Amino acid sequence: MQLEVSGIGLSYGDTRVLRDVSLVLDSGEQALLLGASGSGKSSLLNVICGLQTPDSGTVTLGDQPVHDGVRKAHIGIIFQTLRLVSALNVRANLLLAQRLANGVQNAAKVDETLEQLGINHRAKARPFELSQGEAQRAAIARALVVSPKLLIADEPTSALDKGNTKVVAEMLIEAARSAGASLLIATHDDRLTSQFGRTLMLENGKVTG
Amino acid sequence: MISLALAYLRDRPLTTALNVLLLAISVAMLVLLLQFGEQARERLERDAAGVDLVVGAKGSPLQLILSSIFHIDQPTGNIPHNSLDRLRSNPAVSRVVPLALGDNFRGFRIVGTDATFAQSYSLELAEGAQFDGPMQAVIGSRVAEETGAQLGQRFIGNHGFANGNGDGQGHDHAPFETVGILAPSGTVADRLILTSVESVWDVHGISHDHLEEDQESHDHDNGETTNASAPQSHIPSLEPDLTALLVTYRNASAAIRVPAMVNRLTEMQAAVPAIETARLLELLDASIEGIRVFAWLLAATGGLAIFVALLNMARGREGDLALLRVMGASPIQVFATVILEGVIAAAVGAVAGWIGAHALIGIVRSQFATLTDLGLTAWAPVSGEAFLILAVIAIGALAALIPAAQVYRIDPARVLARS
Repeated sequence: MQLEVSGIGLSYGDTRVLRDVSLVLDSGEQALLLGASGSGKSSLLNVICGLQTPDSGTVTLGDQPVHDGVRKAHIGIIFQTLRLVSALNVRANLLLAQRLANGVQNAAKVDETLEQLGINHRAKARPFELSQGEAQRAAIARALVVSPKLLIADEPTSALDKGNTKVVAEMLIEAARSAGASLLIATHDDRLTSQFGRTLMLENGKVTG
Repeated sequence: MISLALAYLRDRPLTTALNVLLLAISVAMLVLLLQFGEQARERLERDAAGVDLVVGAKGSPLQLILSSIFHIDQPTGNIPHNSLDRLRSNPAVSRVVPLALGDNFRGFRIVGTDATFAQSYSLELAEGAQFDGPMQAVIGSRVAEETGAQLGQRFIGNHGFANGNGDGQGHDHAPFETVGILAPSGTVADRLILTSVESVWDVHGISHDHLEEDQESHDHDNGETTNASAPQSHIPSLEPDLTALLVTYRNASAAIRVPAMVNRLTEMQAAVPAIETARLLELLDASIEGIRVFAWLLAATGGLAIFVALLNMARGREGDLALLRVMGASPIQVFATVILEGVIAAAVGAVAGWIGAHALIGIVRSQFATLTDLGLTAWAPVSGEAFLILAVIAIGALAALIPAAQVYRIDPARVLARS
């Protein structure tokens, strides 16, 4: 599904965060959204996911305006800190994600995804029992089990060391490829640029590239 | 959402356990009060059914009713035997049941009476036959169950009413023989030993031959009893006296004439079971009411504890709830999760309290004879209990309402921006 962002403008009070942002991400395309801290990357991702209403502009996924229903059915989101529901173990988190996305649970898909990301041995662990790396893998698994058409990650590697950053980036690229999903990663970490064919720059509220 | 609510409750086990415990204690108290009030009321009404009036020695009318109908207090004294004939000859009276009390066997009262007692309570035999001769006894179902007494077995009565609390006088010279065992009736008769009045007199060495002669002479004369000798209340006597008479009226007008006649023309007293039972229940209700208010306050405290816990949760779990929204949960689903937490905690507390109360009745019943005598049974739910459980669940839902409304309004984007 093609993602089309057109003329997005967003302000917080007098501060303009996004100015006429437009971009297109083709089906299966992978891109890096690079910008300094506070440049508005997270705000743009929130608008793309339908979590935040822009002052102007539109976001469509496969010709459908993005709203709650489109998000839960087609978009997988990975955050830097909010990775899993704290009261549930890893496996239960994945099953809940499936149920909330499309009303059914597919345990086989959950197990397969956990194995693909190499954390099937931590399936029964609670979020607070996981290491940073394990927690990020679990968050990726949570986003993937709903078979998304668009995978969005907000600073997925900011808490990781260099080795793990590379591993997680590769993991995301491979996971999106195998799921046939587009991938958009927002980060301030320019070490990742080498792993992506396309890099978008967010500066002064505008996207270039 | 239910499994998520359960997971959140499990996630804070101590708080959940304390909230559940508070509600369980309050429900247990309320169930105990309800059970005690309802079962005592039901039992008192059942035991008093069919008895319009109790005639006995002067004293407390409540004591007379308690000792003669419910068999849980000391009699007020004795009355002359001829009062039986006198009342039976009254045209306004349809039945008079004589009672001669004074002894027990292992705590079960031995009641000297006649066949009218069984008619009065519609008693049926499970085994054997009715008593028909000297020192024959028919035992109630509970007596048979607890003493293991069987047909043909002999037993010796002890003076007094409580097992081990009497004056220690065993009537070894006059053992009773069990000739019948009553089927369970759900009345006081289940825990009584019935025998003839004459047998009770015989046990105490009281001669009653002259009564039979008087009776024969009375029958030959076909006249009314003229000997209205004064009753000998409270005075130990070797005269063949009775303890009380259970009277059933023939018609409604008797309710005015018979008690008036007894109270004015004799030295006995007439006590109306309906009035005394109502008075007793009124006293009972007054004391129950105070405890009930306390128990509801405790339930409200439980609700408040749930409210505080969920309010803290709503603040501390903002990130989780925002993530749920991002994953596709609607505001209503997130709202329902919090409501469910309150409802589940309250429901678990209510059910635990209900089970605990009934189990406690079972345990306490085996320890305190008075509760057993009142007919308190462990697993006899009353209709008010369902209302009680629903009311406590409603308290849980109500307590969760404000925290749930807070999480309903959560803006995931704002929470994500903060995190």
